[in-house]
Amino acid sequence: MQPSTRAPKWAKGLNYDRGEAVIGIEHYVVVSSILFVLGVLGIFLNRKNVIVILMAIELILLSVNLNFVAFSAFLNDLVGQVFAMFILTVAAGEAAIGLAILVIFFRDRGTIAVDDVNRMKG
Amino acid sequence: MELKQSLGLIAPEILLSIASLVLLLVSAWAGDKASRAISVVACFVLGACFFIVAPTVCAGVAGPDVVAFNGLFTADAFSGFAKLLIFAATGAALVMAPKFFERTNSMMPEFPVLILLAALGMCLMVSATDLMTLYIGLELNSLASYVLAAFLRNDERSAEAGIKYFVLGALASGILLFGMSLTYGFTGSTDFGTVRAALTGDMSTGAMFAVVFVLAGLAFKISAVPFHMWTPDVYEGSPTPVTAFFATAPKVAAVSLLMRVSLDAFGMQADAWRQIVLFVALASIVVGALGAIGQSNIKRLMAFSSINNVGFILIGLVTGTVQGASAMLVYLAIYIAMTAGSFLAIIMMKDEAGAPVEKISDIAGLSRTKPALALCLAMMMFSLAGIPPLFGFWGKFVVFQAAVEANLVALAAIGIAASVIGAFYYLKIVKVMYFDEPADVVKGQSDWAHWALLIISTAFISPLGYLLTTWLGGIADKAAATLFLVAA
Repeated sequence: MQPSTRAPKWAKGLNYDRGEAVIGIEHYVVVSSILFVLGVLGIFLNRKNVIVILMAIELILLSVNLNFVAFSAFLNDLVGQVFAMFILTVAAGEAAIGLAILVIFFRDRGTIAVDDVNRMKG
Repeated sequence: MELKQSLGLIAPEILLSIASLVLLLVSAWAGDKASRAISVVACFVLGACFFIVAPTVCAGVAGPDVVAFNGLFTADAFSGFAKLLIFAATGAALVMAPKFFERTNSMMPEFPVLILLAALGMCLMVSATDLMTLYIGLELNSLASYVLAAFLRNDERSAEAGIKYFVLGALASGILLFGMSLTYGFTGSTDFGTVRAALTGDMSTGAMFAVVFVLAGLAFKISAVPFHMWTPDVYEGSPTPVTAFFATAPKVAAVSLLMRVSLDAFGMQADAWRQIVLFVALASIVVGALGAIGQSNIKRLMAFSSINNVGFILIGLVTGTVQGASAMLVYLAIYIAMTAGSFLAIIMMKDEAGAPVEKISDIAGLSRTKPALALCLAMMMFSLAGIPPLFGFWGKFVVFQAAVEANLVALAAIGIAASVIGAFYYLKIVKVMYFDEPADVVKGQSDWAHWALLIISTAFISPLGYLLTTWLGGIADKAAATLFLVAA
């Protein structure tokens, strides 16, 4: 046991004192932006399954949550975390309603492929 | 005292939430046969809310006395005006629904409950002065609306409309939320007043992104171009009373919300968002006018009509003046009367078996088989086209007047030119009804309640409406002025 070791084993090569491995607010924003873009692309590029679209929507909401929590810690302000709680709750309701509508659709049409959502042009 | 005062300010919202919960229990208990009674009770609840809110609008209340829950919620005259329009439009949807659904035995007591919950969400939206209230209100409205779009469970098109509305609505909420998270990060608060104070001078790139994302998310909700692609499909697929609801009440709520967000929270950055709103307004007018031309389904045509009208409303926002905001409110009031009336006429067009008639070719020669109905629909169409003796002209007139006085003459000129293109397809409907050989499809009889509501809305948009201009303009001015109090 070496009490002076501050970095965990997997981070041995990094020097914390020189600030090399500090994760700042920019990193969080970049990650959440990437997740957000992935979610949006998931909705538009996905041609297979409506369930995948539901997953993409969850991804978007989670990227926003990450943003809120990161900003909240950065600003030392609790509002962001409260907001994230609200988003989590609403996301649960949203998923429930989305799946319910999907069940209705499947009963009528026997498919949930994105390309089959085409009774009306547009 | 603080809490008591706050609770007093949200009295209409409390009434709506208690009523919808109680009615939900009743509907679970009594089953489908109670749906008519529940609709009637829901109408009375909306009426009660209307009379709670009306005095605050007439008095033009504003200032710190109407701020509830430490700035989360503001019950000023502006939100009151929007709420009155929302209650009226919601009530109209409730009156339209029972006869429409009863033919296929699909009237369920959940319908009025969902409509009340959507109305509650919209009340929160228009009163929100904090991003958190905004989000909760928007989602409450959206979640109820997704279910309403898919309300005809056994109809393929209704389920498809539900899915499309859900996916694109959720995407819009996601974009809006991302913008709100950036707003929070770059200003350190979710309160509109603090955001406004923080966003002065040169904006950072992040804050710019925040403004763009928030505006894009709201543009989805008001179905403005380039975020309009869901509108025709959802309007066509949803049951007609629900379409009538979508085209009226949520439009009022989302436009009022957009006004408060852009003039209050982002009010110091008007130059940044003005370009965006300008583009969106012009694109909506043009796409709405051109897209409607080739349509053969009247509900799809009304969808493009609503896109077109949103463009005209947004011209008022581009001006960024009190007069522009007041013109938007007047336009909204006239717009919901015209749209609700048009959809009522569409619901009343039924064939021999009572099935809804939606194809434009089927209403040919309506003036000979159903002259009264044809006359009402023709007046609605002339009014939507903005032809002078009718009240629809006044809405366009005040908006363009505000634009000219804000030195946006070019914008007003383009808008007027595009409204001429728009007149083409409205007049086409009138031509089909009056000058084509009768198709003799529309035969069904209509309910007295539908007739009563249609006559009221036709009277409102008829030249008689001009008797109201002073009064309507007066309360709209007062309401718009409260929105600009923060700027002083």
